[in-house]
Amino acid sequence: MTNVPLYTKEAKAISYVSGPLIFIQNVKGVSYGEIVRIILPTGEERTGQVLDISKDIAVTQVYEGTSGIDNKETRVRFTGEPPKVRVSIDMLGRIFDGVGKPRDGGPELIEEANLDINGMPINPSARDKPADFIQTGMSTIDGLNTLVRGQKLPIFSGAGLPANKLAAQIARQARVLGEEEKFAVIFVAMGITYKEASFYMRDFEKTGALERVVFFMNLADDPTIERIATPRCALTAAEFLAFEHGLQVLVIMTDMINYCEALREISTAREEVPGRRGYPGYMYTDLASIYERAGRIKGKKGSITQIPILTMPDDDITHPVPDLTGYITEGQIVLSRDLFRRGADPPVDALPCLSRLMNLGIGPGKTREDHRNVADQLYASYAYGRDLRRLVAIVGEEALTELDKKYLKFADEFERQFITQGDENRSIERTFDIGWELFTMLPEEELKRIKREYIQKYHPAFRKG
Amino acid sequence: MIVGGISRISGPVVLSEGMRGSRMYDVVKVGEQELNGEIIRLDGDQAVIQVYEDTTGLKVGEKVSNTGLPLSVELGPGLLSSIYDGIQRPLPLLAEKSGSFISRGVTLPGLSHDQKWEFTPQVKKGDQVTGGDVIGTVTEFHLEHRIMVPPFVSGMVSEIQSGGFTIDEPVCMLDNGHNIPMIQTWPVRKGRPYLRKMDPDTLLITGQRVFDSLFPVTKGGTAMIPGGFGTGKTVAEQTLAKWSDTQIVVYIGCGERGNEMTDVLTEFPELLDPRTKLPLIQRTILIANTSNMPVAAREASIYTGITLAEYYRDMGYDVALMADSTSRWGEALREVSGRLEEMPGEEGYPAYLATRLAAFYERAGRVVCLGSDERMGSVTVVGAVSPPGGDFSEPITQNTLRITGTFWALDTSLAYRRHFPSVNWIKSYSLYLDQVNEWFTTSGFSDWKDLRAQVMYLLQKEVELQEIVQLVGPDALPESEKAILEVTRMIREDFLQQSAYHDVDSFCPLEKQYRMLQVILSFYDRVNVAMGKGVPLSKILKLSVKADIGRMKELADIDQIKDLIPRIDGALTALEAER
Repeated sequence: MTNVPLYTKEAKAISYVSGPLIFIQNVKGVSYGEIVRIILPTGEERTGQVLDISKDIAVTQVYEGTSGIDNKETRVRFTGEPPKVRVSIDMLGRIFDGVGKPRDGGPELIEEANLDINGMPINPSARDKPADFIQTGMSTIDGLNTLVRGQKLPIFSGAGLPANKLAAQIARQARVLGEEEKFAVIFVAMGITYKEASFYMRDFEKTGALERVVFFMNLADDPTIERIATPRCALTAAEFLAFEHGLQVLVIMTDMINYCEALREISTAREEVPGRRGYPGYMYTDLASIYERAGRIKGKKGSITQIPILTMPDDDITHPVPDLTGYITEGQIVLSRDLFRRGADPPVDALPCLSRLMNLGIGPGKTREDHRNVADQLYASYAYGRDLRRLVAIVGEEALTELDKKYLKFADEFERQFITQGDENRSIERTFDIGWELFTMLPEEELKRIKREYIQKYHPAFRKG
Repeated sequence: MIVGGISRISGPVVLSEGMRGSRMYDVVKVGEQELNGEIIRLDGDQAVIQVYEDTTGLKVGEKVSNTGLPLSVELGPGLLSSIYDGIQRPLPLLAEKSGSFISRGVTLPGLSHDQKWEFTPQVKKGDQVTGGDVIGTVTEFHLEHRIMVPPFVSGMVSEIQSGGFTIDEPVCMLDNGHNIPMIQTWPVRKGRPYLRKMDPDTLLITGQRVFDSLFPVTKGGTAMIPGGFGTGKTVAEQTLAKWSDTQIVVYIGCGERGNEMTDVLTEFPELLDPRTKLPLIQRTILIANTSNMPVAAREASIYTGITLAEYYRDMGYDVALMADSTSRWGEALREVSGRLEEMPGEEGYPAYLATRLAAFYERAGRVVCLGSDERMGSVTVVGAVSPPGGDFSEPITQNTLRITGTFWALDTSLAYRRHFPSVNWIKSYSLYLDQVNEWFTTSGFSDWKDLRAQVMYLLQKEVELQEIVQLVGPDALPESEKAILEVTRMIREDFLQQSAYHDVDSFCPLEKQYRMLQVILSFYDRVNVAMGKGVPLSKILKLSVKADIGRMKELADIDQIKDLIPRIDGALTALEAER
């Protein structure tokens, strides 16, 4: 918005309050989506945003909640501007609240720009193809579901599963081979507990990365509605750092389920027709407006890579939040309770995992020529071994053929050696070596997914001979 | 011109007063910034408008002006290799004008109005022409772009031009005063007319074994690809866009990922059409309305795409249209319907969802085009569907099932074990089998129907046998049934699985598919004979020829595949002799 209002409109005009919404009467010249200041009789000031306007009513959502707002004395003032956030390179190392105000007790930010938090969609023809392989040091990711710069790859977790540990390890270890470039991590907390947030803070501190991190904190006891703005503020900052300052930005957002709950709360208060499980019908579009802000742009040095974390309610991957997320993001890393109990660390269930951009980041010159083949073969053999486990539960191991017994063993060793790695930071070569070692457990003619020349070049049996 | 004022704003939906006299689906300019919108309901003095751009910042009272025209696209030379948004704004031009991010209120023509095209006339003065007749041609890349008399126009040619012209300059004058330029505009919500529809009877060759050999679709047919996330819908759509044997491909990215469109944009100029050896991008039109772009334009993008497809069909070409994903289009309908406070049908979708879907898919077909030379053209529509939670009972999947001819059900569990394309062979079907059987027979694959039937029988048998194995273990099966399981594994792994990224395997010519089927089935027959003579299965499984069958998809030389049949015979004869 460029036109500055000549006067500010302030009035005692609230007629109706419900949940996070207030209805403001007798308004003129209010624009859709603008920010409203709400001044309570106590003098406290809150912020709201216009969601719907007709001739005489403006429906406004209040970010900090409506408790204490009355429909007699509370005054409202329209600012004429969409929600904005102040951004600057000095944000690095600072902690902000859910709407971008400092909450670390430090000085106010000296802004380089004041930007609309909703951003604008990237023109698809201006996007640059993500292509740089990010080595996360995790075999299940690097080897099987490679992450590339500009990708959005969520972690689907369950209650009690160590998604935070995995995300922190990725943030700590991730790097692009052969390059020393300026990077930044933006950490977005939405409705998580202080304990979880401080886990990340300690982890970043330990690795000395704290001055490269920007925190946006909306903790569990902060106002729910603020959560709608939190990821948008953070991504606006990310876009600024990536495309104006040329940083490689990794955005970790946790927990998306809390964001969606906030969305549902507003939708219900507006009495909209609910979609699946009460979530609004436009949740796909809304989530896309967050996730699609990852990427690279032609002619700009920086990039935005997103790792959103979400807790699947009751480990249900078909729940609307993981489901819609999976339709928008470029793959997913899924944690499994079953593997967690078996002691796998990280407990990544390889089968439902996927990285759609994997092929852009692997192959000769990037990782190694046999990468695709090795990944496919590991998948196929592991999947078959897992199927056999079910069979064994019914008919016993004796009933299996010799070959099937080998597959069964392969699946066990795969989980033990390949998936499990603890705090080790594995190079991509090390990951391949483990993969090929595992293949020696199977007869060579079973390795159908691998080109013959690669078998001759990389198979330990040939290398030794 | 009718000018009204905004009375309400709710997301992409805007109400305007003082609009009496407007027509449904007229395009309007909303607010000071002149955002593009379309009237979707009239109520007395008020019009309900869906706005194709973000409405943030609009105010009550701002003016709304009606252009008096329905949402239309520009048709003419210059469409090929373009990338448009949902309302035919060229995205590269938009980026030049407003930077890497899409800003609002920008109007751009779909075609270049400055470029000159070399027009070669095909009619002469005094000829009688009617709607759809070709009056001349222009070379667009390597395609003969036929300039046609617009529908519903006819007369006698009084003057015809030749040489370089822009699309706005008239190239043909009729005696009744009609001037015909190379450009036509057409409202997207109205199907372009044709003389009559024909039964589709020609196979659309996609080079994908599971599609061509088991569940074929015809040129002018319709197909749907439903599947949960990660099952490979987009890869399947892109593979079809790459290898389908049509002259033109229209690819609509409707509410999907931005990076995917970038992928197509960077990959297609490098890939060559296996038949013409020309870059694929030269036969492709892309429509990209990614998931974070405005919802209402997403709704329009499907119509924009099919209108462009119909235009090339009218020239007498075969066109394939890929829509990824129609679920996002349905969701756009739902969102707008919700804002209109309409009574919701199933899962919040509007009650007219089925009607809209049917109307869209019925614009596909093989037709006799308008014009006196009775040329034939076709539009094949392949729609991806993204059912929530991979549950096929949801409204969009079910309503699409009723109107499409081929059903390629993608399966999450197949995708998990990296069996791609993850088409479930038990659930999928094709209603075009009888029509294409004739085509196969005349194309020299006379026993295709029998081969297919045999494969389907074995795969069905496998399901039954697997149930038994799950209960009592594989040892309980007789040798002959174990052999079936070995052969179906061969069918699954060596035939149905196909890598979209392998240099040879990504496109499998029809003859190779046919030979591969012959090899596998003759292996099965020959094994049965050998086992009848007492050869144990365990010995057969150790044969080296079995591994060669597993590698046959990597072979480019069809003769090497043919050679496998005598080799199978030889190996088994040797085993029989050992007995």
